[in-house]
Amino acid sequence: MFDQLDLTTLLFGRLTWESFPYHDPIIVATFVVVAIGGLAMLALVTRYRLWGYLWNEWFTTIDHKKIGIMYMILGIIMLLRGFADAIMMRIQQAIAFDGSMGYLPPEHYDQIFTAHGVIMIFFVAMPMVTGLMNYVVPLQIGARDVAFPFLNNFSFWMTTSGAVLLMVSLFVGEFAKTGWLAYPPLSGILQSPGVGVDYYIWSLQIAGVGTLLSGINLLVTIVKMRAPGMTMMKMPVFTWTSLCTNVLIVAAFPVLTAVLGMLTLDRYLGTAFFTNDLGGNAMMYINLIWIWGHPEVYILILPLFGVFSEVVSTYSGKRLFGYASMVYATVVITVLSYLVWLHHFFTMGSGASVNSFFGITTMIISIPTGAKIFNWLFTMYRGRIQFEVPMLWTMGFIVTFVIGGMTGVLLAVPPADFVLHNSLFLVAHFHNVIIGGVLFGLFAGITYWFPKAFGYKLDPFWGKVSFWCWLVGFWLAFMPLYVLGLMGVTRRMSHFDDSSLQIWFQIAAFGAFLIAIGIAAFLFQFVVSYRRRESLRDTTGDPWNGRTLEWSTSSPPPAYNFAFTPQVHDIDAWWQMKQHGFQRPQAGFLPVHMPKNTGAGIILAGISTVLGFALIWHMWLLAGASFVALLAVTIGHTFNYKRDYYIPADEVARVESERTRMLAEHV
Amino acid sequence: MSDAHALSHASPGDNRPPLQFLVRGEHHPQNATLLGFWIYLMSDCLIFACLFATYGVLGRNYAAGPTGADLFDLPLVAINTALLLLSSITFGFAMLEMQRKRLNGTLLWLGITGLFGVAFLGVELYEFAHLIHVGAGPQRSGFLTAFFALVGTHGLHVLFGIIWLATLMVQLRRHGLIPANTRRLFCLSMFWHFLDVIWIGVFTFVYLMGVL
Amino acid sequence: MSLSNSLRGLLLLLPLALLAGCDMVVMSPSGDVALQQRDLIVWSTILMLLVIVPVIVLTFWFAWRYRAGNADATYEPDWDHSTVLELVIWSVPLLIIIALGAMTWVSTHQLDPYRPLERIDAQRPIPDGVEPLVIEVVAMDWKWLFLYPEQGIATINEVAAPVDRPIRFKITSSTMMNSFFIPALAGQIYAMAGMETKLHAVINKEGVYEGFSANYSGAGFSDMRFRFHGLSEHDFDAWVAKNREEGVPLDREHYLALEQPSHDEPVHRFASVEPDLYEAILNRCVQPGSLCMKDMMAIDMLRARNLCGIDDALRFLGKTSLDDIVGLRPAVSY
Repeated sequence: MFDQLDLTTLLFGRLTWESFPYHDPIIVATFVVVAIGGLAMLALVTRYRLWGYLWNEWFTTIDHKKIGIMYMILGIIMLLRGFADAIMMRIQQAIAFDGSMGYLPPEHYDQIFTAHGVIMIFFVAMPMVTGLMNYVVPLQIGARDVAFPFLNNFSFWMTTSGAVLLMVSLFVGEFAKTGWLAYPPLSGILQSPGVGVDYYIWSLQIAGVGTLLSGINLLVTIVKMRAPGMTMMKMPVFTWTSLCTNVLIVAAFPVLTAVLGMLTLDRYLGTAFFTNDLGGNAMMYINLIWIWGHPEVYILILPLFGVFSEVVSTYSGKRLFGYASMVYATVVITVLSYLVWLHHFFTMGSGASVNSFFGITTMIISIPTGAKIFNWLFTMYRGRIQFEVPMLWTMGFIVTFVIGGMTGVLLAVPPADFVLHNSLFLVAHFHNVIIGGVLFGLFAGITYWFPKAFGYKLDPFWGKVSFWCWLVGFWLAFMPLYVLGLMGVTRRMSHFDDSSLQIWFQIAAFGAFLIAIGIAAFLFQFVVSYRRRESLRDTTGDPWNGRTLEWSTSSPPPAYNFAFTPQVHDIDAWWQMKQHGFQRPQAGFLPVHMPKNTGAGIILAGISTVLGFALIWHMWLLAGASFVALLAVTIGHTFNYKRDYYIPADEVARVESERTRMLAEHV
Repeated sequence: MSDAHALSHASPGDNRPPLQFLVRGEHHPQNATLLGFWIYLMSDCLIFACLFATYGVLGRNYAAGPTGADLFDLPLVAINTALLLLSSITFGFAMLEMQRKRLNGTLLWLGITGLFGVAFLGVELYEFAHLIHVGAGPQRSGFLTAFFALVGTHGLHVLFGIIWLATLMVQLRRHGLIPANTRRLFCLSMFWHFLDVIWIGVFTFVYLMGVL
Repeated sequence: MSLSNSLRGLLLLLPLALLAGCDMVVMSPSGDVALQQRDLIVWSTILMLLVIVPVIVLTFWFAWRYRAGNADATYEPDWDHSTVLELVIWSVPLLIIIALGAMTWVSTHQLDPYRPLERIDAQRPIPDGVEPLVIEVVAMDWKWLFLYPEQGIATINEVAAPVDRPIRFKITSSTMMNSFFIPALAGQIYAMAGMETKLHAVINKEGVYEGFSANYSGAGFSDMRFRFHGLSEHDFDAWVAKNREEGVPLDREHYLALEQPSHDEPVHRFASVEPDLYEAILNRCVQPGSLCMKDMMAIDMLRARNLCGIDDALRFLGKTSLDDIVGLRPAVSY
């Protein structure tokens, strides 16, 4: 490693002019578009002198609401990248027949499906789920912020740092060509000597720090900062599911950190964890990564189960049916999610008894999940259902998700899995539950809480357009994949021989285009809603006749969330307050103790990005320097003891009287 | 309280005392930092659990190379174990001094703890250097890979513990035993004892069971 | 109106027509094992539809019945619990999973790929004295090598077996993890370097079937396909003879050349195979002078139990010095 220690390699490591894919027209075109867009954005920000505003009000903020919103923005931006990958794959598979290799050579196609998986799970679903929890949980439990506000900001920027690193791989070097879980020996240094797997490792490791810390943060927030009277069995269901998700994060992500750490050592030091020779064992990687990977699936879906619970009961105008069984179901799923990982590789030859055990534990998970679905149904029963957009997403979810659940249980039967494993049937299954469950849930949640965050509702017309495009697009894009799976077509193929398959891929591609329209409508919805914000204005803070505490404060809430801490007596705390004719106090405000903004989070994350980049390219000098800088800034930050301030009582009184005026004007 | 009527509401149609829907004053969580740090330690513990599990799987894959019995110098490791255990005791003394609000005593015992930590790391580095020198580096076999990863990760933790300890000593000299600093001391104390517990696992599982 | 209706009808029929036109090999396989796996898929699906269909129907029914505009429907905003209903909610999925779980346990053991077959198909047990045909499979970058120890031949990217004779596949890999899969014959199983997995199957119909790797293994993966020929006893013998005639010998040197990654490899035939080649591939010691994994593991096992020093271990293995088995000579003197 150190035998050719000249200055160029010391400075630039493996990076040469050849590392830039300037010979690939697709990437160059993408780069030009991104560069022009980026420059235009920077120019606009400078033109309107927004740098100070962005830095002070957003980048350095420790307000959980703003951080939540930033997570959502990150997720939406990455959704566009991940979806671009998806559409490229659909086009490739729709045309690469009869000897045609399509327009993507394997080395490019393999990067695309890897990036698609990594981006969608780590940088779309995770940030959006975290963002939703970040925004809603403190409001639902009547808290003024999370337990560790600075850590929250740092977590967000670390997640962003991982995303940035992954995006850099598009233009500098390459991304992994290994599939989204980078199984060795394929991801080992002998088989993948390039920088792709290193981009994979470091972007996930850096983002993983953010995820873990945010998990700890929200966990402590929920355990320690609930409003008085809110016992565990009086927590809103979304908070319950968030609690379980964060338990899963804290208990699962260290495993990912450890296993990627070992892969790093194999690649950087030539150790023998997962090698074919010298006593390594690749099966251990596959076990460990799925011990993280399966809980990860529930990390993503559980909070959305919470969203559906809130949405169903709000729009049915009814208490949630079977609150206790809902909670128990969530907890059971949380525990069981650790006992099923082996169902991802029944075909490794573990033996019939082991396979049956994991197959049956997997099926058992469908019992609490089934109970949840029945609970939602019986919440609708004898309700007064208003089909607002979030409710549409929920209906779409129930119908779509049960099918995905069914195919999931099917895959849990080991002998059936032997013929369906790694086929497009499997691909259809997990998109069925992730799109039908996670994504539909996110859209429901975004539409539901948007008025809380911005003070006006989202335009329902474009919401409905988006919903129908997504729903129909999803069914068109993935039902053909089920069929193809039954025709014995395996996943991750870049071209095909059998032209009778082509029609199915073409239907799937058409479905993907419908989804593209759905995404466009979703984005357009923001523009339209912003322009129509006066007519969509939510002056009450409670646009849906809500049930939980977040609807008791204004939309958007003040920085301190609640002028007085609520006292809770019922699961539907705000509903009960309304039933009892609650009146907001007009006087007697006290100063509010709040944490101060800090730039440490973004600076640390920035240095981490540089460190990651240096490690990927073996720029040892830069790596050493940025590591020292990271340590120095961290230590420097701990010398800052003045981290809080008080919002004076007068200021609180002013904000609250403003709200009183607004409420009075719009009665 | 002048606005008491605004804070409570009678339930319609019954004679129970009215429900209070708001509380006055600050509602701050107790010991959130300690809980958070404890959870962090548990997550760290899972990283070690993975490394132990890995050692359990790979620990006998010598690739026809040296075994633990060939390589480990048990007396040296026993001394090292003693150093680390003693450092936990001295950290305990530092905490006792802190409880008695004696800054200098706290600093003294922290300093001694740090020295024990440095000595531990020194011996560990010597051991590693020796192993690599005789050709038993982490690339030699699955066993050595898992060994270096497990023991090395523990060593890295001790290193960061020492850096943290030094930083905290400076902060203690500067600000004294203010609540923010005592909270940090509690966290570092948990961290330090946690590393001790992990080391007992390493000593038993890797060294003793590897040699005896 | 009627035109749009009939158009809609046509649109609804279109997918059915497509389904009828396509060849769902998983749903109509030609091997007994795959057939049983198909039946399992069908029965599990039916079992689950028992609860899925009512859920979907209830969803639409409740949504319609209790829509805000329907003032006739009962509205009970505070009704949130019913012990009977909750019992039903939990027990219905529970019962289905008990049934499915029992089915899973039995079928997983019955269709365990490691378990030798007991029948040729639903009607016929295996006749006495019929031994399974052994085929050794090596997944390479990116092609499949098949060795026939009984016949002494080998092929690349083509494999054949006589109809109604049980087959025992012994599967390994040269580097990457692949998955050996012939959908018409039986389920898949991973191929991993340094390890051997097994698959028992039987083909019941003559024909040519697709086989491929079902686990992504790098750049040449999409072309890592082969044909599986189900042949009559006579045709199989002819196929073997053809290999003997047209093929070249396969020795270690030739194998090492083949091990180099290649894409879209045509069919190769080998008339003879160097003895113990498969054993050497499995134990990662085709390269002359390299230490075989099984020897390495034997030494490790003795050493792990502290039974002996390295010299005793060697003697135990019947070798006088490390040089006899070496390649990976321990770098330490101790």
